Amino acid sequence: MKTFITKKAHLFAGHSEAAFGLGLLAPAFVCVAVFAFYPILYSFYLSLQRIILSLPGRERFVLFENYRALLQDAAAREALANTLAFVAASTILEVAAGLGIALIINRHFRGRGLVRAAVLIPWALPTVVAAQMWRFIMNDNYGLANLIAFGADTGQYRAWLAEPMIAFVSLVAADVWKTSCFAALIILAGLQTIPDELYEAAAIDGATAWQRFSRITLPLLRPALLIALLFRTMDAFRIFDLVFVMTQGGPGGSTSVLQFYGYQKIFSEGLMGYGSAISVVVFCVTLAVSVLYIKMLPGAARRGI
Amino acid sequence: MANYYSDSDNQAYGRTMQKKFLARIVFFLPTLCVVLASLLPFLWLVDTSLKTQLQVTAIPPQILPALSLEFYRAAITRYNLLLYVGNSLIVAGATTLISLSIAVLAGYALARLRMPGKNLIMAGLLLVSMFPQISIAGPVWTLLQQLGWLNTYHGLVLPYVTLTLPLGVWILASFFKDLPVELEDAARVDGCSRMQALVRVILPLAAPGVFTAAILVFIYAWNEFFFALLIMTRQDCQTLPVGIALFQGRYTMPWGEIAAASTMATVPLVALVFFCQKKIIRGLSAGAVKG
Repeated sequence: MKTFITKKAHLFAGHSEAAFGLGLLAPAFVCVAVFAFYPILYSFYLSLQRIILSLPGRERFVLFENYRALLQDAAAREALANTLAFVAASTILEVAAGLGIALIINRHFRGRGLVRAAVLIPWALPTVVAAQMWRFIMNDNYGLANLIAFGADTGQYRAWLAEPMIAFVSLVAADVWKTSCFAALIILAGLQTIPDELYEAAAIDGATAWQRFSRITLPLLRPALLIALLFRTMDAFRIFDLVFVMTQGGPGGSTSVLQFYGYQKIFSEGLMGYGSAISVVVFCVTLAVSVLYIKMLPGAARRGI
Repeated sequence: MANYYSDSDNQAYGRTMQKKFLARIVFFLPTLCVVLASLLPFLWLVDTSLKTQLQVTAIPPQILPALSLEFYRAAITRYNLLLYVGNSLIVAGATTLISLSIAVLAGYALARLRMPGKNLIMAGLLLVSMFPQISIAGPVWTLLQQLGWLNTYHGLVLPYVTLTLPLGVWILASFFKDLPVELEDAARVDGCSRMQALVRVILPLAAPGVFTAAILVFIYAWNEFFFALLIMTRQDCQTLPVGIALFQGRYTMPWGEIAAASTMATVPLVALVFFCQKKIIRGLSAGAVKG
């Protein structure tokens, strides 16, 4: 009898626990449903229509017409190629730089707190501020880049951001400057999970510093490196602020990226249907890439994220 | 007095000192490079903001500023800088308050309660924080327009709350997991309801975690540009990043004013970073590796 009661009470407790939990989660669910999941689905619905914001009341269904047009849109292809190139270049450089920074700020030394704070500054800056800053540094007349490259020889001063290749490289450089430290922090957290005993044992066995790094640090850091890569990749796919401020996609579309192109179509040209098709494609590409990464993660780390 | 150290001992000692010195330099140089690379571009911005108009448009550029506040005055009087600052404070402040209130509840539930599908919910939240903003931009704008919420504070705050929820929930859940369950059980035995136990026992103990999450959410909302650009189309509603991005002079780019506004937008963040560096690092890596 007694056991029966406690069992029943326990069962009831478990039930109310789940109900209580659902109650606690409800506000978060509502927000995410209204401002995240519903818009994603609605984007798909919009992408099947011809909607021009300046011509209200003339909307009609066109099924996959927008997607067909998108396939033949050279500017969209250029934006896609630029985005992929930007993602590849920036994430690889950021994770490499992040590894270097993490190794530095993981050591114990006097003033480490100050060094860590200094390294965090680029991350804390609004991206718009960083973009204006780099735009001014690359300025054709008053910029620091020209001063460093040519000194007082003003005849040689160049308009860096007016040259397609250099404009693109500047975007990558600005992004690497701004977000390498974020990759560094994730890698730092990974470094701190490696027990010191491993290094001590290796040192006793006579391993060199390079051997300790390549045989202990790198393999054990693999999950952290992959997670840093995942976060940076997802973030690089949505590059917008830097492009908007530094180049507006120019010169001649050479720095146009997907999110910027979609923004232009929807909000500058008012092509809500066509722009939504771009949105859906961007979402699917990012989702596919993130699934790929998560598949690459070892099981333990996968549960971690 | 006998010399206890032989010459060879001295030499060996000298060699190890030399080695240590070398090792120090090998370590010191990259550290210095990283610090300089992080700070110099930003210092150039601050430097520019303290120049005079003549100095900013000097060719070749001058390095030392005249320490003039001309651009700060101009940014405030001619470009309504304080209006943007006020808007940013309201939006970022409200986002932080609302987002954290919701995230505390959700984070607690996900960290402490026995419920089915918790991992799925955490993964779903992560998805929300990672997809490109453009994939929801059109519908969010349409929805806000239909509600008449474009150019309103709540019209911007609500999307911000949603987009910062994953960050808050992940950080708070990782803090809640670290607190001993016994404390909560004791409170329950003493007659607290679950909600009371959360508010009176768990929350005070998790205060550092709440503060950490608050810093990160605030920085996100203070810096966000994309949605602010879409939703705040009227100049008097715009936040700092939008203002700074759209600064236009009549004939030339107002670089000095942009630099002054940028410096003003960044000072609170720099202060946060220097005072709360440990919390920020802990928060950003929460859950990322250790789970």
